[in-house]
Amino acid sequence: MNPADLLFSETHEWVHVTEDAGAKIATIGISDFAVKELSDLVFLELPEVGKQLSAGDEFGEVESVKSVSSMYCPIDGEVIETNGGLPESLDSLGEDPFGAGWMIKVRISDETGLARLMDHAAYQKQCSED
Amino acid sequence: MVDFAGWSMPIQYESIVEEHIATRTAATLFDVSHMGRFRFKGSGVAAFLDRLLTRRVLDMTPGRIRYSLITNEKGGILDDVLVYRLEQEGEYSHAMVVNASNREKIADWISAHLTDADDVVMEDRTVETAMIAAQGPKAIQIVQPLVATDIASLDYYTGTTTSIASSQGMVSRTGYTGEDGCELILPADNALSIWQAVIEAGRMHGIKAAGLGARDTLRLEAGMPLYGHELSDEINPLQAGLRFAVNLKDRDFIGRTALLKLQSDRNLPKRVGLKLSGRRVAREGYSILTDDDVVGDVSSGTFSPTLDCPIAMAYVRQDVADVGTSLQIDIRGRLESATVVKLPFYARKS
Repeated sequence: MNPADLLFSETHEWVHVTEDAGAKIATIGISDFAVKELSDLVFLELPEVGKQLSAGDEFGEVESVKSVSSMYCPIDGEVIETNGGLPESLDSLGEDPFGAGWMIKVRISDETGLARLMDHAAYQKQCSED
Repeated sequence: MVDFAGWSMPIQYESIVEEHIATRTAATLFDVSHMGRFRFKGSGVAAFLDRLLTRRVLDMTPGRIRYSLITNEKGGILDDVLVYRLEQEGEYSHAMVVNASNREKIADWISAHLTDADDVVMEDRTVETAMIAAQGPKAIQIVQPLVATDIASLDYYTGTTTSIASSQGMVSRTGYTGEDGCELILPADNALSIWQAVIEAGRMHGIKAAGLGARDTLRLEAGMPLYGHELSDEINPLQAGLRFAVNLKDRDFIGRTALLKLQSDRNLPKRVGLKLSGRRVAREGYSILTDDDVVGDVSSGTFSPTLDCPIAMAYVRQDVADVGTSLQIDIRGRLESATVVKLPFYARKS
Protein backbone atom coordinates (compact mmCIF):
# COMPACT_ATOMS: atom_id res chain seq x y z
CA MET A 1 0.00 0.00 0.00
CA ASN A 2 1.10 3.52 -0.69
CA PRO A 3 1.56 5.37 2.62
CA ALA A 4 0.09 8.50 0.99
CA ASP A 5 -3.28 6.70 0.89
CA LEU A 6 -3.24 5.86 4.61
CA LEU A 7 -4.27 7.57 7.81
CA PHE A 8 -1.99 7.58 10.83
CA SER A 9 -2.39 7.79 14.60
CA GLU A 10 -0.11 9.63 17.00
CA THR A 11 0.85 6.21 18.38
CA HIS A 12 2.19 5.10 14.95
CA GLU A 13 -0.61 2.83 13.73
CA TRP A 14 -1.74 3.19 10.13
CA VAL A 15 -5.29 2.67 8.88
CA HIS A 16 -6.63 1.95 5.42
CA VAL A 17 -10.40 2.16 5.02
CA THR A 18 -12.29 0.23 2.33
CA GLU A 19 -15.98 -0.50 1.72
CA ASP A 20 -17.29 -4.04 1.55
CA ALA A 21 -21.01 -4.68 1.01
CA GLY A 22 -21.94 -1.44 2.73
CA ALA A 23 -19.65 -1.99 5.72
CA LYS A 24 -16.51 0.02 6.27
CA ILE A 25 -13.46 -2.11 6.91
CA ALA A 26 -10.25 -0.75 8.45
CA THR A 27 -6.98 -2.53 7.77
CA ILE A 28 -4.50 -1.62 10.51
CA GLY A 29 -0.75 -1.97 10.94
CA ILE A 30 2.17 0.01 12.31
CA SER A 31 4.30 2.51 10.40
CA ASP A 32 7.76 2.13 8.90
CA PHE A 33 8.93 4.74 11.42
CA ALA A 34 7.67 2.61 14.34
CA VAL A 35 9.29 -0.52 12.94
CA LYS A 36 12.59 1.29 12.49
CA GLU A 37 12.46 2.78 15.98
CA LEU A 38 11.80 -0.64 17.53
CA SER A 39 14.24 -2.51 15.25
CA ASP A 40 15.31 -6.14 15.92
CA LEU A 41 11.73 -7.42 16.34
CA VAL A 42 11.35 -10.58 18.41
CA PHE A 43 7.67 -10.96 19.26
CA LEU A 44 4.24 -9.93 18.01
CA GLU A 45 0.87 -10.68 19.52
CA LEU A 46 -2.40 -10.07 17.67
CA PRO A 47 -5.99 -10.30 18.99
CA GLU A 48 -8.51 -13.08 18.40
CA VAL A 49 -10.94 -12.72 15.53
CA GLY A 50 -14.27 -11.56 16.95
CA LYS A 51 -12.79 -9.28 19.56
CA GLN A 52 -14.72 -6.01 20.02
CA LEU A 53 -12.49 -2.97 20.21
CA SER A 54 -13.20 0.62 21.12
CA ALA A 55 -11.09 3.49 19.87
CA GLY A 56 -7.98 3.62 22.04
CA ASP A 57 -8.11 -0.05 23.08
CA GLU A 58 -4.90 -2.05 22.94
CA PHE A 59 -5.13 -4.68 20.18
CA GLY A 60 -1.74 -6.29 20.58
CA GLU A 61 1.90 -5.83 21.46
CA VAL A 62 5.08 -5.73 19.46
CA GLU A 63 8.42 -6.34 21.10
CA SER A 64 12.01 -5.82 20.04
CA VAL A 65 15.33 -6.47 21.73
CA LYS A 66 15.27 -2.85 22.88
CA SER A 67 11.69 -2.33 24.05
CA VAL A 68 8.04 -3.36 23.95
CA SER A 69 5.11 -1.33 22.64
CA SER A 70 1.37 -1.72 22.85
CA MET A 71 -0.60 -1.13 19.67
CA TYR A 72 -3.88 0.76 19.81
CA CYS A 73 -7.00 0.53 17.67
CA PRO A 74 -8.00 4.01 16.46
CA ILE A 75 -11.69 3.21 15.81
CA ASP A 76 -14.59 1.21 17.27
CA GLY A 77 -15.35 -2.14 15.69
CA GLU A 78 -14.97 -5.90 15.57
CA VAL A 79 -11.83 -7.75 14.52
CA ILE A 80 -12.87 -9.79 11.47
CA GLU A 81 -9.46 -11.01 10.30
CA THR A 82 -5.85 -11.06 11.50
CA ASN A 83 -2.58 -11.56 9.66
CA GLY A 84 -2.07 -14.84 11.50
CA GLY A 85 1.25 -15.74 9.89
CA LEU A 86 2.90 -12.43 10.75
CA PRO A 87 4.15 -13.32 14.27
CA GLU A 88 6.15 -16.15 12.66
CA SER A 89 7.55 -13.93 9.91
CA LEU A 90 8.56 -10.73 11.63
CA ASP A 91 11.00 -10.02 8.82
CA SER A 92 8.09 -9.22 6.54
CA LEU A 93 6.86 -6.68 9.09
CA GLY A 94 10.30 -5.12 8.99
CA GLU A 95 10.53 -5.12 5.22
CA ASP A 96 6.98 -4.21 4.24
CA PRO A 97 5.10 -2.61 7.15
CA PHE A 98 2.44 -1.07 4.85
CA GLY A 99 1.79 -4.28 2.89
CA ALA A 100 2.73 -7.78 4.04
CA GLY A 101 3.04 -6.35 7.55
CA TRP A 102 -0.67 -5.52 7.96
CA MET A 103 -2.01 -6.80 11.27
CA ILE A 104 -5.79 -6.72 11.66
CA LYS A 105 -8.99 -5.95 9.78
CA VAL A 106 -11.76 -4.31 11.77
CA ARG A 107 -15.41 -3.88 10.73
CA ILE A 108 -15.99 -0.30 11.78
CA SER A 109 -19.03 0.31 14.02
CA ASP A 110 -18.23 3.93 14.79
CA GLU A 111 -15.89 5.84 12.57
CA THR A 112 -15.64 9.07 14.57
CA GLY A 113 -12.11 7.98 15.56
CA LEU A 114 -11.03 8.42 11.94
CA ALA A 115 -11.39 12.19 12.26
CA ARG A 116 -8.58 12.23 14.82
CA LEU A 117 -6.10 10.57 12.46
CA MET A 118 -3.47 12.35 10.38
CA ASP A 119 -2.67 12.16 6.72
CA HIS A 120 0.81 10.97 5.71
CA ALA A 121 2.28 14.47 5.44
CA ALA A 122 1.13 15.43 8.94
CA TYR A 123 2.37 12.10 10.30
CA GLN A 124 5.79 12.56 8.73
CA LYS A 125 5.97 15.97 10.34
CA GLN A 126 5.20 14.40 13.73
CA CYS A 127 7.94 11.79 13.23
CA SER A 128 10.52 14.39 12.28
CA GLU A 129 9.74 16.26 15.50
CA ASP A 130 9.97 13.16 17.72
CA MET B 1 21.38 8.93 20.79
CA VAL B 2 20.61 8.89 24.49
CA ASP B 3 21.95 10.64 27.53
CA PHE B 4 24.03 8.21 29.58
CA ALA B 5 25.43 9.67 32.80
CA GLY B 6 25.85 12.99 31.00
CA TRP B 7 27.39 11.47 27.84
CA SER B 8 25.53 11.48 24.55
CA MET B 9 25.75 7.89 23.33
CA PRO B 10 24.23 5.71 20.60
CA ILE B 11 21.94 2.81 21.56
CA GLN B 12 22.77 1.31 18.18
CA TYR B 13 24.49 2.33 14.96
CA GLU B 14 22.28 0.08 12.81
CA SER B 15 20.85 -2.98 14.50
CA ILE B 16 21.51 -4.28 18.01
CA VAL B 17 21.28 -7.87 16.79
CA GLU B 18 23.67 -7.32 13.88
CA GLU B 19 26.17 -5.57 16.15
CA HIS B 20 25.79 -8.39 18.66
CA ILE B 21 26.38 -11.11 16.08
CA ALA B 22 29.34 -9.23 14.60
CA THR B 23 30.93 -9.22 18.07
CA ARG B 24 30.46 -12.98 18.46
CA THR B 25 31.66 -13.86 14.96
CA ALA B 26 33.99 -11.08 13.75
CA ALA B 27 34.67 -7.81 15.55
CA THR B 28 33.04 -4.62 16.79
CA LEU B 29 34.28 -1.30 18.06
CA PHE B 30 32.74 0.38 21.12
CA ASP B 31 33.41 3.95 22.20
CA VAL B 32 33.61 3.51 25.98
CA SER B 33 35.13 6.91 26.69
CA HIS B 34 32.29 7.57 29.15
CA MET B 35 33.90 5.16 31.64
CA GLY B 36 35.72 7.07 34.39
CA ARG B 37 39.52 6.83 34.26
CA PHE B 38 41.64 7.67 37.31
CA ARG B 39 45.38 7.32 37.80
CA PHE B 40 47.41 7.34 40.97
CA LYS B 41 50.94 8.15 42.04
CA GLY B 42 52.79 8.24 45.34
CA SER B 43 54.58 5.84 47.64
CA GLY B 44 51.37 4.71 49.36
CA VAL B 45 49.12 3.96 46.38
CA ALA B 46 49.10 0.16 46.58
CA ALA B 47 48.47 0.12 50.33
CA PHE B 48 45.74 2.73 50.03
CA LEU B 49 43.88 0.98 47.18
CA ASP B 50 44.22 -2.31 49.04
CA ARG B 51 42.21 -0.78 51.90
CA LEU B 52 39.50 0.41 49.48
CA LEU B 53 39.06 -2.59 47.20
CA THR B 54 37.54 -6.00 47.91
CA ARG B 55 40.31 -7.59 45.85
CA ARG B 56 43.96 -7.67 46.85
CA VAL B 57 46.03 -4.91 45.22
CA LEU B 58 49.34 -5.17 47.10
CA ASP B 59 50.46 -8.32 45.29
CA MET B 60 49.69 -7.09 41.77
CA THR B 61 52.69 -7.25 39.48
CA PRO B 62 53.23 -4.63 36.74
CA GLY B 63 50.83 -5.10 33.84
CA ARG B 64 48.19 -6.94 35.91
CA ILE B 65 44.54 -5.85 35.80
CA ARG B 66 41.91 -7.02 38.27
CA TYR B 67 38.14 -6.80 38.43
CA SER B 68 37.21 -5.60 41.89
CA LEU B 69 34.45 -3.99 43.91
CA ILE B 70 34.42 -0.98 46.14
CA THR B 71 32.15 -1.55 49.13
CA ASN B 72 30.94 0.69 51.93
CA GLU B 73 31.18 -0.19 55.65
CA LYS B 74 27.97 -2.25 55.36
CA GLY B 75 29.40 -4.31 52.52
CA GLY B 76 27.12 -2.63 49.94
CA ILE B 77 28.61 -2.18 46.47
CA LEU B 78 29.57 1.39 45.57
CA ASP B 79 30.98 0.37 42.19
CA ASP B 80 32.61 -2.41 40.25
CA VAL B 81 35.94 -1.36 38.78
CA LEU B 82 39.04 -2.49 36.98
CA VAL B 83 42.26 -1.72 38.80
CA TYR B 84 45.48 -1.58 36.77
CA ARG B 85 48.99 -2.03 38.12
CA LEU B 86 50.93 0.04 35.63
CA GLU B 87 54.45 -0.69 34.60
CA GLN B 88 56.80 1.85 36.12
CA GLU B 89 56.17 4.14 33.22
CA GLY B 90 56.65 7.64 34.63
CA GLU B 91 55.52 8.02 38.19
CA TYR B 92 51.97 6.68 37.96
CA SER B 93 51.83 3.20 39.45
CA HIS B 94 48.09 2.38 39.31
CA ALA B 95 44.98 3.24 37.34
CA MET B 96 41.31 2.55 37.82
CA VAL B 97 38.37 2.41 35.43
CA VAL B 98 34.99 3.07 37.05
CA ASN B 99 31.41 3.26 35.80
CA ALA B 100 30.41 6.57 34.24
CA SER B 101 27.43 6.89 36.56
CA ASN B 102 29.66 6.45 39.61
CA ARG B 103 32.64 8.56 38.58
CA GLU B 104 31.96 11.49 40.92
CA LYS B 105 30.82 9.28 43.78
CA ILE B 106 34.00 7.20 43.64
CA ALA B 107 36.27 10.22 43.25
CA ASP B 108 34.60 11.69 46.35
CA TRP B 109 34.87 8.37 48.21
CA ILE B 110 38.58 8.16 47.45
CA SER B 111 39.20 11.78 48.44
CA ALA B 112 37.25 11.32 51.68
CA HIS B 113 39.46 8.40 52.70
CA LEU B 114 42.79 9.91 51.71
CA THR B 115 45.00 11.53 54.30
CA ASP B 116 48.29 13.38 53.75
CA ALA B 117 50.05 10.51 55.48
CA ASP B 118 48.97 8.15 52.68
CA ASP B 119 51.17 9.91 50.09
CA VAL B 120 48.72 9.31 47.24
CA VAL B 121 47.79 11.66 44.42
CA MET B 122 44.74 10.84 42.32
CA GLU B 123 44.13 12.36 38.92
CA ASP B 124 40.87 12.08 36.95
CA ARG B 125 41.90 11.52 33.32
CA THR B 126 38.43 10.85 31.90
CA VAL B 127 38.20 13.99 29.78
CA GLU B 128 41.81 14.07 28.54
CA THR B 129 41.72 10.48 27.37
CA ALA B 130 39.37 8.33 25.32
CA MET B 131 38.70 4.60 25.56
CA ILE B 132 37.88 2.29 22.68
CA ALA B 133 37.01 -1.39 23.05
CA ALA B 134 37.63 -3.73 20.11
CA GLN B 135 35.80 -6.99 20.79
CA GLY B 136 35.37 -10.25 18.96
CA PRO B 137 37.44 -13.14 17.58
CA LYS B 138 39.02 -10.91 14.91
CA ALA B 139 39.47 -7.81 17.09
CA ILE B 140 43.11 -8.30 18.00
CA GLN B 141 44.32 -9.02 14.48
CA ILE B 142 42.49 -5.91 13.24
CA VAL B 143 43.90 -3.58 15.90
CA GLN B 144 47.42 -5.06 15.90
CA PRO B 145 48.90 -3.06 12.99
CA LEU B 146 48.12 0.19 14.84
CA VAL B 147 49.72 -0.89 18.12
CA ALA B 148 53.46 -1.36 18.79
CA THR B 149 53.02 -4.10 21.42
CA ASP B 150 52.22 -7.66 20.36
CA ILE B 151 48.64 -7.77 21.71
CA ALA B 152 48.16 -11.52 21.26
CA SER B 153 51.11 -12.17 23.58
CA LEU B 154 49.40 -10.28 26.42
CA ASP B 155 47.65 -12.56 28.91
CA TYR B 156 43.95 -12.03 29.54
CA TYR B 157 43.53 -9.19 32.07
CA THR B 158 46.93 -7.67 31.51
CA GLY B 159 47.91 -4.48 29.74
CA THR B 160 50.82 -2.32 28.80
CA THR B 161 51.65 1.23 27.78
CA THR B 162 52.55 1.36 24.14
CA SER B 163 52.37 3.55 21.09
CA ILE B 164 49.01 3.49 19.34
CA ALA B 165 49.22 4.96 15.84
CA SER B 166 51.28 8.10 16.53
CA SER B 167 50.41 8.57 20.20
CA GLN B 168 51.25 7.02 23.56
CA GLY B 169 48.46 5.00 25.09
CA MET B 170 47.57 1.80 26.82
CA VAL B 171 46.36 -1.49 25.41
CA SER B 172 44.82 -4.18 27.58
CA ARG B 173 43.31 -7.59 26.96
CA THR B 174 39.99 -6.76 28.60
CA GLY B 175 36.35 -6.20 27.70
CA TYR B 176 32.72 -6.51 28.69
CA THR B 177 31.28 -8.79 26.02
CA GLY B 178 32.44 -12.32 26.80
CA GLU B 179 34.65 -12.28 23.69
CA ASP B 180 38.38 -11.96 23.27
CA GLY B 181 39.55 -8.48 22.38
CA CYS B 182 41.34 -5.45 23.69
CA GLU B 183 40.71 -2.00 25.03
CA LEU B 184 42.70 1.09 24.11
CA ILE B 185 43.15 4.17 26.29
CA LEU B 186 44.58 7.06 24.31
CA PRO B 187 44.70 10.85 24.17
CA ALA B 188 41.18 12.17 23.46
CA ASP B 189 42.48 14.34 20.61
CA ASN B 190 43.56 11.24 18.66
CA ALA B 191 40.50 9.14 19.36
CA LEU B 192 38.57 9.94 16.21
CA SER B 193 41.45 9.25 13.83
CA ILE B 194 42.29 5.97 15.57
CA TRP B 195 38.62 4.94 15.62
CA GLN B 196 38.46 5.56 11.87
CA ALA B 197 41.72 3.74 11.27
CA VAL B 198 40.47 0.64 13.12
CA ILE B 199 37.15 0.69 11.25
CA GLU B 200 39.06 1.02 7.97
CA ALA B 201 41.49 -1.78 8.84
CA GLY B 202 38.62 -4.02 9.94
CA ARG B 203 36.34 -3.47 6.99
CA MET B 204 37.52 -6.59 5.16
CA HIS B 205 37.01 -8.59 8.38
CA GLY B 206 33.43 -7.39 8.87
CA ILE B 207 34.03 -4.97 11.74
CA LYS B 208 31.06 -2.86 12.84
CA ALA B 209 30.65 0.03 15.25
CA ALA B 210 28.48 -1.08 18.19
CA GLY B 211 26.42 0.88 20.69
CA LEU B 212 25.02 0.58 24.19
CA GLY B 213 22.26 -1.80 23.08
CA ALA B 214 24.65 -4.52 21.91
CA ARG B 215 26.92 -3.84 24.89
CA ASP B 216 23.96 -4.73 27.10
CA THR B 217 22.88 -7.89 25.25
CA LEU B 218 26.50 -9.09 25.09
CA ARG B 219 27.29 -8.55 28.77
CA LEU B 220 23.99 -10.17 29.72
CA GLU B 221 24.77 -13.31 27.72
CA ALA B 222 28.20 -13.31 29.35
CA GLY B 223 26.56 -13.17 32.79
CA MET B 224 28.27 -9.91 33.71
CA PRO B 225 26.50 -7.64 36.20
CA LEU B 226 25.82 -3.97 35.46
CA TYR B 227 25.88 -1.29 38.12
CA GLY B 228 22.43 0.16 38.76
CA HIS B 229 20.84 -3.13 37.73
CA GLU B 230 22.55 -6.11 39.41
CA LEU B 231 24.76 -3.98 41.64
CA SER B 232 23.95 -1.18 44.08
CA ASP B 233 24.83 -0.06 47.59
CA GLU B 234 21.90 -2.21 48.79
CA ILE B 235 23.51 -5.35 47.32
CA ASN B 236 26.63 -7.09 48.64
CA PRO B 237 29.16 -8.93 46.44
CA LEU B 238 28.37 -12.34 47.93
CA GLN B 239 24.67 -12.32 47.05
CA ALA B 240 25.65 -10.92 43.64
CA GLY B 241 27.68 -14.07 42.99
CA LEU B 242 30.97 -12.14 42.94
CA ARG B 243 32.74 -14.09 45.69
CA PHE B 244 35.73 -14.46 43.33
CA ALA B 245 36.28 -10.70 43.51
CA VAL B 246 36.41 -10.60 47.32
CA ASN B 247 39.63 -11.52 49.17
CA LEU B 248 38.64 -11.78 52.83
CA LYS B 249 41.72 -13.57 54.15
CA ASP B 250 44.74 -11.93 55.79
CA ARG B 251 43.89 -8.35 54.91
CA ASP B 252 41.50 -5.55 55.76
CA PHE B 253 39.37 -3.30 53.56
CA ILE B 254 36.30 -1.13 53.99
CA GLY B 255 33.32 -3.47 54.20
CA ARG B 256 35.25 -6.61 55.17
CA THR B 257 33.83 -6.88 58.70
CA ALA B 258 30.30 -6.64 57.35
CA LEU B 259 31.00 -9.14 54.57
CA LEU B 260 32.40 -11.70 57.03
CA LYS B 261 29.04 -11.63 58.81
CA LEU B 262 27.01 -11.58 55.60
CA GLN B 263 28.72 -14.75 54.37
CA SER B 264 26.34 -16.93 56.38
CA ASP B 265 23.19 -14.88 55.74
CA ARG B 266 20.61 -17.08 54.01
CA ASN B 267 17.88 -14.45 53.95
CA LEU B 268 19.24 -12.18 51.27
CA PRO B 269 18.07 -12.60 47.69
CA LYS B 270 20.64 -14.03 45.33
CA ARG B 271 21.52 -13.20 41.73
CA VAL B 272 20.46 -15.88 39.25
CA GLY B 273 20.20 -16.35 35.50
CA LEU B 274 16.79 -17.10 33.99
CA LYS B 275 15.87 -18.54 30.64
CA LEU B 276 12.30 -18.05 29.45
CA SER B 277 10.33 -20.57 27.47
CA GLY B 278 8.25 -18.05 25.48
CA ARG B 279 9.28 -15.13 23.30
CA ARG B 280 8.18 -12.23 25.50
CA VAL B 281 11.06 -10.45 27.20
CA ALA B 282 11.22 -10.13 31.00
CA ARG B 283 12.39 -6.60 31.67
CA GLU B 284 13.83 -4.84 34.69
CA GLY B 285 11.47 -4.63 37.66
CA TYR B 286 9.10 -7.43 36.67
CA SER B 287 8.05 -9.66 39.57
CA ILE B 288 9.08 -13.32 39.87
CA LEU B 289 6.69 -15.78 41.47
CA THR B 290 6.34 -19.36 42.61
CA ASP B 291 2.71 -20.34 43.10
CA ASP B 292 1.31 -16.97 44.12
CA ASP B 293 4.26 -15.77 46.16
CA VAL B 294 6.50 -13.03 44.89
CA VAL B 295 10.03 -14.40 45.35
CA GLY B 296 12.09 -11.77 43.56
CA ASP B 297 12.39 -9.43 40.64
CA VAL B 298 14.18 -9.05 37.36
CA SER B 299 17.29 -6.83 37.39
CA SER B 300 18.03 -6.97 33.63
CA GLY B 301 16.39 -8.79 30.76
CA THR B 302 16.72 -8.99 27.03
CA PHE B 303 16.29 -11.25 24.05
CA SER B 304 19.45 -13.28 23.52
CA PRO B 305 20.49 -13.27 19.87
CA THR B 306 22.84 -16.22 20.43
CA LEU B 307 20.36 -18.44 22.30
CA ASP B 308 17.33 -17.14 20.35
CA CYS B 309 15.21 -16.81 23.49
CA PRO B 310 14.61 -14.26 26.24
CA ILE B 311 17.12 -14.29 29.10
CA ALA B 312 17.25 -12.33 32.33
CA MET B 313 19.19 -11.79 35.50
CA ALA B 314 17.22 -11.53 38.69
CA TYR B 315 17.44 -11.47 42.46
CA VAL B 316 15.36 -14.25 44.03
CA ARG B 317 14.93 -15.86 47.44
CA GLN B 318 17.72 -18.34 48.15
CA ASP B 319 15.34 -21.31 48.45
CA VAL B 320 14.30 -20.88 44.80
CA ALA B 321 17.74 -19.94 43.46
CA ASP B 322 18.99 -23.43 42.56
CA VAL B 323 19.72 -24.23 38.93
CA GLY B 324 16.74 -26.04 37.40
CA THR B 325 14.10 -24.35 39.56
CA SER B 326 10.95 -23.42 37.62
CA LEU B 327 9.66 -19.93 38.26
CA GLN B 328 7.10 -17.60 36.75
CA ILE B 329 7.56 -14.02 35.67
CA ASP B 330 4.73 -11.50 35.64
CA ILE B 331 5.13 -9.88 32.23
CA ARG B 332 2.61 -7.05 32.15
CA GLY B 333 -0.08 -9.03 33.91
CA ARG B 334 0.49 -12.41 32.30
CA LEU B 335 2.67 -15.13 33.81
CA GLU B 336 5.42 -16.64 31.67
CA SER B 337 7.55 -19.64 32.66
CA ALA B 338 11.24 -19.40 33.32
CA THR B 339 13.95 -21.71 34.60
CA VAL B 340 16.95 -20.86 36.74
CA VAL B 341 20.08 -21.61 34.69
CA LYS B 342 23.79 -21.47 35.35
CA LEU B 343 25.57 -18.21 34.54
CA PRO B 344 26.97 -17.28 32.11
CA PHE B 345 24.39 -17.93 29.43
CA TYR B 346 27.18 -17.88 26.87
CA ALA B 347 30.87 -18.72 27.16
CA ARG B 348 33.17 -18.57 24.16
CA LYS B 349 35.08 -21.66 23.16
CA SER B 350 38.66 -20.99 24.09
